[in-house]
Amino acid sequence: MTQPTQTPITAPRDVAAVKMTDIKKSYGGVHALKGVSLTIRPGTIHALIGENGAGKSTLLKILQGVVIPTEGSIEVFGEHLTAVSPENSRRLGIGMIFQDLSLIPTLTIAQNIFLNREPRRMSLLVDERREVEDAAKIIGELNLNVDPRTRVLELSPGQAQLTEIAKAISQKARVLILDEPTSALSAQEVDILFKMLRKLTADGTAIVYVSHRMTEIMTIADEITILRDGQNVTSGNIADFTLDTIVQNMVGKRVTGFEYKPHEIDRGTQPALKVRSLSGKHGKPNDVSFDLYRGEVLGIAGLMGAGRTELARVLFGVDAKADGTVELDGKVLEFRSPAEAIEAGIVLVPESRHDQGLVIEHTVGHNLSLPQLAQLASGPFLDRRRERDLSAELISRLRIKTPDADNKVRNLSGGNQQKIVIAKWLATDPSVVILDEPTAGVDIGSKAEIVELIRSIASGGKSVIVISSEPAELLATSDRILVLSNGRLAREISRSEIDAWATTEGDESQSSMIRVELGLQVAIQKASQNVH
Amino acid sequence: MATSSKPWYGNWRDYVVYIGFVAIFIVFAILLHDRGFLSPNNLLNVLRQTAIIAIMAMAMSFVLSAGEIDLSVGAIAGLTSVVAGMVLMQYGLVFGIVAGLCLGLVVGAFNGALTAYLNIPSFLVTLGMMGIARGVGMWVSGTSPVPVIDDTFTYAFGSGNIGPIPVLVIWVVVLGTVAHLAIRKTPFGRKVMAAGGNPVAALYSGVNVRRVKFQVLMITGVAAAIAGMLYAGRLQSGRFQLGEGDELSVIAAVVLGGTSLFGGRGTVVGSIVGALLIGIINNGLILGGLEYSQQLIARGMLIILAVAIGRGR
Repeated sequence: MTQPTQTPITAPRDVAAVKMTDIKKSYGGVHALKGVSLTIRPGTIHALIGENGAGKSTLLKILQGVVIPTEGSIEVFGEHLTAVSPENSRRLGIGMIFQDLSLIPTLTIAQNIFLNREPRRMSLLVDERREVEDAAKIIGELNLNVDPRTRVLELSPGQAQLTEIAKAISQKARVLILDEPTSALSAQEVDILFKMLRKLTADGTAIVYVSHRMTEIMTIADEITILRDGQNVTSGNIADFTLDTIVQNMVGKRVTGFEYKPHEIDRGTQPALKVRSLSGKHGKPNDVSFDLYRGEVLGIAGLMGAGRTELARVLFGVDAKADGTVELDGKVLEFRSPAEAIEAGIVLVPESRHDQGLVIEHTVGHNLSLPQLAQLASGPFLDRRRERDLSAELISRLRIKTPDADNKVRNLSGGNQQKIVIAKWLATDPSVVILDEPTAGVDIGSKAEIVELIRSIASGGKSVIVISSEPAELLATSDRILVLSNGRLAREISRSEIDAWATTEGDESQSSMIRVELGLQVAIQKASQNVH
Repeated sequence: MATSSKPWYGNWRDYVVYIGFVAIFIVFAILLHDRGFLSPNNLLNVLRQTAIIAIMAMAMSFVLSAGEIDLSVGAIAGLTSVVAGMVLMQYGLVFGIVAGLCLGLVVGAFNGALTAYLNIPSFLVTLGMMGIARGVGMWVSGTSPVPVIDDTFTYAFGSGNIGPIPVLVIWVVVLGTVAHLAIRKTPFGRKVMAAGGNPVAALYSGVNVRRVKFQVLMITGVAAAIAGMLYAGRLQSGRFQLGEGDELSVIAAVVLGGTSLFGGRGTVVGSIVGALLIGIINNGLILGGLEYSQQLIARGMLIILAVAIGRGR
């Protein structure tokens, strides 16, 4: 594959890097885009915001050449795009970083970066040495200090994401599209990425930045376009927007779901869950102890690699524990499989709903009834009617948006898929509900619903643990926050501390919500430095 | 986001095997009318010949749905025909049948244990077992056929008729009903689909995925053993060569019938019809006077065609 031909980036700055005008796209009777326009100027970072279903992905897929618009025109650096195709988009210098990574897990970092454009020796054989050298340079600039000969499946999610970013950047695109590029990155890695993006824009590259993380958007973006229901809502300079106005424009109504709602927790009686010196077999978790009370939501924060998910896995019986005790309602628990944990009353909404939480090809009904098959049986057979009743009840209780229970789960949006994972557990009447990244990749409306759901689970008398890397999520739900670092419990943060950040952190020009979030980020960073 | 609702009859591709069966039946009925395709004798023979494949296919539906595969069914059938025949000769009817079923259970359990608990891919385990079973059958029988002359056995296991209906057909109907109900209407069937559809999500939902994989391989083991005894009853002898190559016909029937090779989706009825479809194709090609070589070619092309058409599911 040849390198994309490029007009020199010294093209006049008033020529838009990308100008999409009045783009319409329909799938049968469904109008995904109803006449959307997007103008991106070279040397800027342009945030593209919208809920899931707003049309962002479709618009970007059109820009990439993967989807053909029903109507509308596209210009890249002044050149009119006659036929929409991946080749044309690549030729015009459009590069993309995918939310679900486009890497081949069994190939190495270097092989992935240079996939389809490997340096050659004698124009026939792959020059492996140069491939590794060049790859090392590229990933070095992102502070990814891993041997480029490592296979991607051996990398941590953060490292894999950095590799994906490296791959896109090395293609020297003139227009770089980033879709949720920081979901697996630590705060430091995000910093490095942002420095890299600033360097690229100084060279004239235009960057389209899609993310659900508002604080990041406000930090890095220069301009913003907001979509809703396949149409433009507004565009402009980011300086003219606040977090509240962005969210309002996205959703079209005031969203209050993110305020923490204080409530009484009875910490006088026995804790529902007592964890003492819990250690896993591979170093994480490491000697972790905590109490969890009925009706309480305990947040667990930490950087990538802190051992949060590992803690969940030990508590849920996926991984064996090496040491320590877990007591639920006074009874010491020993379990060696999720089935036993579930029986004891501990359930897990796992990190990846796609890979771990759902059988994506099966129906909503099948997924909802999976943990309850024995209870739904009468004799040797499944009682289909009881199953249907259960599905109907859960769908209505959690307001899951699906035409019926026979719809395949993969047809649902991320937020609704997540609701299904949560719903299937609620039916088992658990004692402890652990949620790992409950609103990752979920649109803001569903995020609010899930946050409210978490609160109602706790107020219903259950104990809840929320593991998250999104400060907003933790702050909205948690009554207390534990910070893990390197497998150990680094610190506990109380609600009164959190409230204090609203005045002590950041500066006055920022909203109190951003200041509190900053406070949490700083606290996590500091706690992670001291523990080794 | 809501999707447009589907018509009540679903995706036509799910029914490719049924449509194909009817279409090919009609084609052969027209083209081969004068060669006796539609004669009751011919059709009953087709049923008898496909019954044994159909029984193994219904069991294979479970294995493929669970995301595994069993290549040893043909070899188990051959081995069982020999062992059951020998025990039958020495110790009588009851012991013969029990020996046959136990053999299927034991071999299936062995396949299942290595796959589920030692994490060796089922493809490799059952490929190895294929050789082992065939070899043991050859060794134990001294490569000569084992005569099976117990009338009750040969009546019940293959050669008999109840009225106009061959006993083999009754076997298919009874076992098929049980298998169909198990896969569609029991918790076990759901667990099989979940284990094949997403083993991690199934585990995280409390399904004992290892046990499910162990159990489905035991099911094909027993089904293959029954197939072996049916062969022995039909041919009135046990031979180690019986069932040779059947694993491929069985898997072809199951895939044609709509079960996914990757797991998560499966049907027993489809597998039975798939076996019947292959059976009438074979029959039609023979009646049509094609040489064996031409039959092989035609059969291969038809299988590719059927799977290609059904691919959009």
